Amino acid sequence: MLANEDLQSTCQQSSNYVLDQELAKIVNISMALEMPLLLKGEPGTGKTMLAHAVAEALDMPLLVLNVKSTLKLVDTLYQYDTLTRLNDSRFGDSTRDVSNIEEYISMGKIGQAFMSDQRVVLLIDEIDKADSDFQDDMLDILDQMEFDIIEIDKTIRAKHRPVIIITSNAKKDLSEPFLGRCNFHHIAFPDPDMMQEIVRTHFPDLAQEIMQQCIRAFYALRDIPGIEKKPATRELINWIRAVQHDPEVKPKEMKKGNLPYLGVLFKKSQDFERAQNYMQRR
Amino acid sequence: MFIPFFYLLRQTGVPASPTAFLRLQSALQQGLITSLDDFYTAARSILVKNEKHFDLYDRVFAHYFQGQTLEDPKSEELKDWIKEMLQDWLHDPAELAQALGMDEQELSKMSPEELVDYFYQRLQDQDGEHHGGSKWIGTRGTSPVGHSGYHPGGMRVGGVSRNQSALKVAMDRRYRDYAFEGPLTQAKVGEALKRLTRLVPEGPKDVLDVDGTIRETVKKAGEIELVFRRSFRDRLKVILAIDNGGWSMEPHVQVVKTLFTHARAQFQDLQILYFHNTIYDFLWYDPPRRSRPVKVDDMVTWDSHTRLIIVGDASMAPYELMARDGSIHLEDSSGQPSIERLQLLARSFPYSVWLNPMMTDQWPYTRTIGMIRQVFPMFELSMDGLEQAVQYLKGQPGAPV
Repeated sequence: MLANEDLQSTCQQSSNYVLDQELAKIVNISMALEMPLLLKGEPGTGKTMLAHAVAEALDMPLLVLNVKSTLKLVDTLYQYDTLTRLNDSRFGDSTRDVSNIEEYISMGKIGQAFMSDQRVVLLIDEIDKADSDFQDDMLDILDQMEFDIIEIDKTIRAKHRPVIIITSNAKKDLSEPFLGRCNFHHIAFPDPDMMQEIVRTHFPDLAQEIMQQCIRAFYALRDIPGIEKKPATRELINWIRAVQHDPEVKPKEMKKGNLPYLGVLFKKSQDFERAQNYMQRR
Repeated sequence: MFIPFFYLLRQTGVPASPTAFLRLQSALQQGLITSLDDFYTAARSILVKNEKHFDLYDRVFAHYFQGQTLEDPKSEELKDWIKEMLQDWLHDPAELAQALGMDEQELSKMSPEELVDYFYQRLQDQDGEHHGGSKWIGTRGTSPVGHSGYHPGGMRVGGVSRNQSALKVAMDRRYRDYAFEGPLTQAKVGEALKRLTRLVPEGPKDVLDVDGTIRETVKKAGEIELVFRRSFRDRLKVILAIDNGGWSMEPHVQVVKTLFTHARAQFQDLQILYFHNTIYDFLWYDPPRRSRPVKVDDMVTWDSHTRLIIVGDASMAPYELMARDGSIHLEDSSGQPSIERLQLLARSFPYSVWLNPMMTDQWPYTRTIGMIRQVFPMFELSMDGLEQAVQYLKGQPGAPV
């Protein structure tokens, strides 16, 4: 565990992630209490980035479990490759020992995190995509830090308790028991000052004037009524990258409301049209 | 340590659990918390599990540690205030107030904002109980604001809606808490809805069918024959939005209740939301439509394959649907007319239907039904109508409508 300030500065140096003081504290507390940390927030506010940054700052390997709605819990633990075994037993041309089931078992992400000789950061991304049974069962396993492989009647125990970070896009509410077992933090959308800092870490050489114009325009565009998918930090950074690469773009023009590359910010065609209309009306 | 703080949180409605509180104690004991700032952050991340309680937590925290006065949220205050005032004066419902304080034509032209202002103005003018007269609010009065009065575009303050077209309801909040009703035995609606949840085989054939494999292998005298089948998975997500407020839905409550009770048992992933008359900026998870709002703007980011079923009679004043500020409740006034919100929802959920408890032959008589039908496919809430709605909803997502 690093002191809050250290964690903060290491994050910034290592992976362009601006960690605020509050979040640094929460990460540290969760690690000390051995609790998973649940992060909620608008898409594109850096929930996933945080895990990457924390892993780098703590110098631990990162394992990412991307949750899909079709994912079964057992797949995150281990897979028993019946097909290969069947094939081997039929044709017998492999080097594996067919009578040894263990040779046909491979570890899933949670299994890997448990088996690792080193303490790891385990990122469980977009947990809200899975159904609630999956969520509860998974936390049982993360609580107990062990699971059974029924095919070979073997219990896998975690060598080191991983640092667990869970993200959710808040599409639907998570169950009470689930929440009860996590520490919780909601990443608010950054305010313009914070945003300047974030942009600065990504683009140290960007001219101040362009940056301010971009950020001002960005917050104005977010406020257009009726936008279905509001642009977030991720879109802003991509947008600035686009603007930066075009020498034609003049801050003065932007001030007048002549914004280039709106398509980077608005991914839905209706949103895009709306934004364009809005710019013309101004 | 900080036990009163914990109880204060619980009293004000932050659902902090004892386990979480003990966890906070252990954090304190481990010396992880060294300052008030640390305590603020740590206690919040451990005790509060939802960002909508963050504000409440802040206020409790400020109250407990800095002696700030703990105030109720403003909207609650306003609501209670209106309720108290109105109940004082209006508990005796009058049958009909005939004459109007102003010219009828002139009044029907007043916008709700003007009416609200007028209403507050009158309330402020008034300093005693009042029945009859032509200016103050009371029963049997001739003022256009009051109970059971007839007014073409007037504000209704409690009492039965006679023409299903009251413009502003300041004191109704009459809802039925459907969620706590016992199961009903009428299996008809459940039958039709079951079709919705019927397992649809989809995805690639990637699951090894062990029984099938053995059967085929035996048939071939030991020559292994692998049989795969599709993974079965019921992926239908459903949002059920019920119009549970106000008087215009009252006659249909039983029918809706039947549908609802069955729906709850039928779907794995079912969200039930409530609204009043039509949809503005928010829908609510809780039947009283008070504490757990969900923003329409947020809903559009949900899975677009979700089936949206709206149940409501779609009968209201055209004003409520079309005007920029048509909300029947004062607190959710927003910039956008309801019809645009409905269009947004229809775009976000290509598979959506509107179930109307009114029978088809009555539809032409209500203008708003025609308008909503242009946005959502509408079916009547009968066996036939449900059949059709279910057929429509069963379409594969992504297929052309």
